[in-house]
Amino acid sequence: MTARKSVVVTGVGATTPLGGDATSFWDGLLAGRSGARNLTEDWAADLPVRFAARVAVEPSEHLKPVEMRRLDRSAQFALIAAREAWKDAGFEGKFAEPGRLGVMVGSGIGGVTTLLNAYDALLAKGPRAVGPRTVPMLMPNSPAAYVGLEFDARAGVHAPVSACATGAEAVGHAVEMIRSGRADVVLAGGTEAAIHPLPIAAFANMMALSKDNDDPEHASRPFDVARNGFVLGEGSGILVLESAEHAAARGARVYAEVAGVGFTADSHDIAQPEPTGRGVAEALAFALADADLTPADVRHLNAHATSTPLGDLAEIKAFRKILGDDAEDVAISATKSMHGHLLGGTGAIESVATVLALYHRQAPPTINIDELDPEVTLDIVRDKPRALPEGQIAALNDSFGFGGHNVVLAFRSV
Amino acid sequence: MALTQEEILADLAEIVEEVAGVDKEEVQLDKSFTGDLDVDSLTMVEVVVAAEEKFGVKIPDDAVKDLSTVGDAVGYIQKNQA
Repeated sequence: MTARKSVVVTGVGATTPLGGDATSFWDGLLAGRSGARNLTEDWAADLPVRFAARVAVEPSEHLKPVEMRRLDRSAQFALIAAREAWKDAGFEGKFAEPGRLGVMVGSGIGGVTTLLNAYDALLAKGPRAVGPRTVPMLMPNSPAAYVGLEFDARAGVHAPVSACATGAEAVGHAVEMIRSGRADVVLAGGTEAAIHPLPIAAFANMMALSKDNDDPEHASRPFDVARNGFVLGEGSGILVLESAEHAAARGARVYAEVAGVGFTADSHDIAQPEPTGRGVAEALAFALADADLTPADVRHLNAHATSTPLGDLAEIKAFRKILGDDAEDVAISATKSMHGHLLGGTGAIESVATVLALYHRQAPPTINIDELDPEVTLDIVRDKPRALPEGQIAALNDSFGFGGHNVVLAFRSV
Repeated sequence: MALTQEEILADLAEIVEEVAGVDKEEVQLDKSFTGDLDVDSLTMVEVVVAAEEKFGVKIPDDAVKDLSTVGDAVGYIQKNQA
């Protein structure tokens, strides 16, 4: 039996509310900044929630006007993050062996602003006003397809969709794509651009969003006793994943190994988390087993922790159940306190954060905890970053999505 | 008052630049949309819809297939303008 291929991260890109690239994103995380702002557009005036975490740098700063016209905002974010990750990995231009390059980039909702704006045009001016690029822009595989076109990926271009677990699920499937031998290099991640009155109204009406309109920067407060819902964000994270042997052969800089993946489904409810955290716990256990890690190896967790009353606690309970007493030695960060919840993009930018935490040996802080929920008895990194231990350590990234999707990614330092 | 050929060309060149990302200096009467300017069929639809709005003309799909050069389009617009 041949040894399983190990998969490493050699490039990262991030278009986020804290910064327009991975470096400024990381700096924002360490500084404990919030990316949430009031929405000043006219359409926001009557909404129950009038704030969100917009990207720090508008895509028009990076893309040509014709690219801006042809790509949905979600694809714009993904293309910018992918170009950054590609360059960061030491690649230039199109890939030399197109049949060995894959793409795995998802979105939770797809081109929702394109769809809704086209509908507005249809109602206002009739069918002739619906642009001929509406379909290729709104389809949820559009970001993946554009990333594939950019670098000439022919080993398979896929777009997993699992609501707020999408970005992490994409990373997980990309790992499997490389392990199975289908590709040597995969651009993986997620993207989302859903800051529009309709999704905001819909999320608000399902009681998922914080309504703290008077204090947007303080609204996302995972693990705080008074947390009251998530803050909608937008953006994209893309990672260049590569088989360790391919990376070594070209002398690439390696950030971390993606050592294991755990996938489960709750099969409980379309939107509510399963109250015992069963599916989350199983995904944690699967990820550790897949990575051949013991609980004592794990020193950092980038929690899903969206700042909702039920979800944050269920995650902590599952974590303690699987890691036992070793859970107390894990530096836990809830970075959504700063960048908000990017839906399909969130697992990807949090994977970028987790990988950079291992590489720089720093766990980013969780901000906005005025009073820690007394039921959260684990070690939450608060307000300032925390140094992580030297030596070989592991870090986990949890992601869960409406529909009952659970994904846990296990990263190992190199 | 009817627009001259030069005026139509200048406005059409701006549309092609905006829609297709082609430098407007490249948009000359003898240029083929698909061959020279990389205007594919979807982009051509965008050019046509923008031109209809700009010049107040109707350019039905049957007519579009005969517009292979910029000059063809300018001629069609000039002939059919209100």
